[in-house]
Amino acid sequence: MRPLPYLELVCPAGTPAAFKAAIESGADTVYCGFRDETNARNFPGLNFDRREMGDAIALAHRHERKVLIAINTFPKAGHPGPWRQAIDQAAELGADAVILADIGLLDYAKRTHPDLRLHLSVQAAASNADAIAFYRDRFGVKRVVLPRVLTVDEIGQLTRAVGIETEVFAFGGLCVMAEGRCALSSYLTGTSPNSQGACAPASHVRYDEEGDQLVSRLGGVTINSFSKSEPAGYPTPCKGRFTADGQTSYLFEDPVSLNTLDILPALKAAGVTALKIEGRQRGKAYVTQVVSTFRAAIDAIAQGIGTNAPAAAALRAISEGGRETTGAYKKSWR
Amino acid sequence: MSKAALSLGPLLFHWTAETRRDFYFRIADEADVATVHLGEVVCSKRAPFFDPHLPEVAERLSRSGKEVVFSTLALVTGEREMAMVRGLAEMGHMVEANDVAAIQVLAGRPHAIGPFINLFNEDTLRTFARLGAVRAATHPELPADTIAKLAKARGALEIEVTVFGRLALSVSARCYHARAHGLAKDSCQYVCGNDADGKPVETLDHQPILAVNGTQTMSHGYVNLLGELAALRAMGVTRFRLSPQALDMVAVAALYREALDGRIGADDAQAKLRSLAGPVPFIDGYYQGREGLAWSEAAE
Repeated sequence: MRPLPYLELVCPAGTPAAFKAAIESGADTVYCGFRDETNARNFPGLNFDRREMGDAIALAHRHERKVLIAINTFPKAGHPGPWRQAIDQAAELGADAVILADIGLLDYAKRTHPDLRLHLSVQAAASNADAIAFYRDRFGVKRVVLPRVLTVDEIGQLTRAVGIETEVFAFGGLCVMAEGRCALSSYLTGTSPNSQGACAPASHVRYDEEGDQLVSRLGGVTINSFSKSEPAGYPTPCKGRFTADGQTSYLFEDPVSLNTLDILPALKAAGVTALKIEGRQRGKAYVTQVVSTFRAAIDAIAQGIGTNAPAAAALRAISEGGRETTGAYKKSWR
Repeated sequence: MSKAALSLGPLLFHWTAETRRDFYFRIADEADVATVHLGEVVCSKRAPFFDPHLPEVAERLSRSGKEVVFSTLALVTGEREMAMVRGLAEMGHMVEANDVAAIQVLAGRPHAIGPFINLFNEDTLRTFARLGAVRAATHPELPADTIAKLAKARGALEIEVTVFGRLALSVSARCYHARAHGLAKDSCQYVCGNDADGKPVETLDHQPILAVNGTQTMSHGYVNLLGELAALRAMGVTRFRLSPQALDMVAVAALYREALDGRIGADDAQAKLRSLAGPVPFIDGYYQGREGLAWSEAAE
């Protein structure tokens, strides 16, 4: 057993290869989803069918690690089948918990599988003690993944107030808007991250050469434009360049990634149970590098050694645009 | 045909207290709407400006026969904002929950579910009804067939659909109005007050696309479901929301009332709304099951 309090490292896996890499790199827990619209990373070529999920769970349990299954989109009206089936399968396969966002689906899970451990997805954006109490009291939710809208101080207050486990994002792509409460992508593409599980789907992305510029578009709408010397970012609407009052800027957020390596001790002191690495859409190499770096950092903190500066520098190289932020964890971000 | 009530949604923009008060006085005296939503939805920092006027405005609206509903913040963080939600719940009016925190506070007594709550399916609707919801406003992303399914499953609950105004597309902890002015939320100087209808946002190739309203990002176009009112009523939708914009909302309400009552032809109604809305385009893409910014030309 790890000594308590201990920061649990929760790592992404979009493929069986990434899953194995996460286990080998020191993940305590791996989260993944079924290969359909029931999870919020519903991209082509990603995720697990039933057999792969069973194998992954067996592998994790052999190594005494845990598996969480994300079923965190919102079921379509008149079409609850795939979501209910995903929950039934997660229970049958022995998942250690399911990560849910939809209130109707939480109700189904609690009624149908009373012993299945429920985590609240970040897609529910439960950002305060009363909202978290709602999910805790009505559905017996045991852990909440906090939306990326809170400062470290607020996370500490919340964690003390709610009496259930909290999990926070530690590294990776950064939602700028409250998660599960953003329709920017569906506004431009008609495809909703909430319902269909994909923000800015590649099928709606275009890069057009116009003169000496590369113009990125989503749903035909210009999101950004790059000179030949600039790295061309992916056209996620909240990371685009727009004009307001005659000024062109990254109006919502610069092309940056979340990296909390420098504030891990503060997050631990705030009482969080688990650190989550974003990136089920990323490859095995990414998972290996990020997970092993965070493994080392968490172990160093546990031993009172402090954080590891060279490792932090190495992670910077794989951040979006090579730039990082601690996001909403610092109040000045707002 | 079922009954059809017009409802004025909460004012989402940061108008001065006096402008806001006079707006509601005129609504009380002249607008043919059944329900008026009060309450700050976007930013808790704005609320103190209008708080002194709230009792007077609520009373004037009630005296003119309008139901007053208080809408909560759409994104609640911290003890102070939770206290704001609890405060609304104690005012003796119907409260519309826009954050799940409010559902926790209101459970067990009649309340409304606002359009900022993720209500996508029948199971969620039934769960809300069990907890005391008597009314639910649909999420802006929902297409017609989903609205129909929810309306069919509504039981005793009333379903409300936003049929006019800019759609709120996202909420954030960060204030984009402040950011656009090189400020942060804590030092914002209330610059959101400069844009009575939201701050226009264009793409790099000058396509008007969004409107920033503090921590909220909105559609550039006004949603226009004027031509869909009969279809919505046939589904069982009984409440129709007009989201306030900086234009003649009394005239907009009168037009929608005429359309609901069948006193104006479709083409006339569209032409009138076009002249009221000025240069801002209309959208109805979500309703049509398409990208939200689309507009079905056939309707114009």
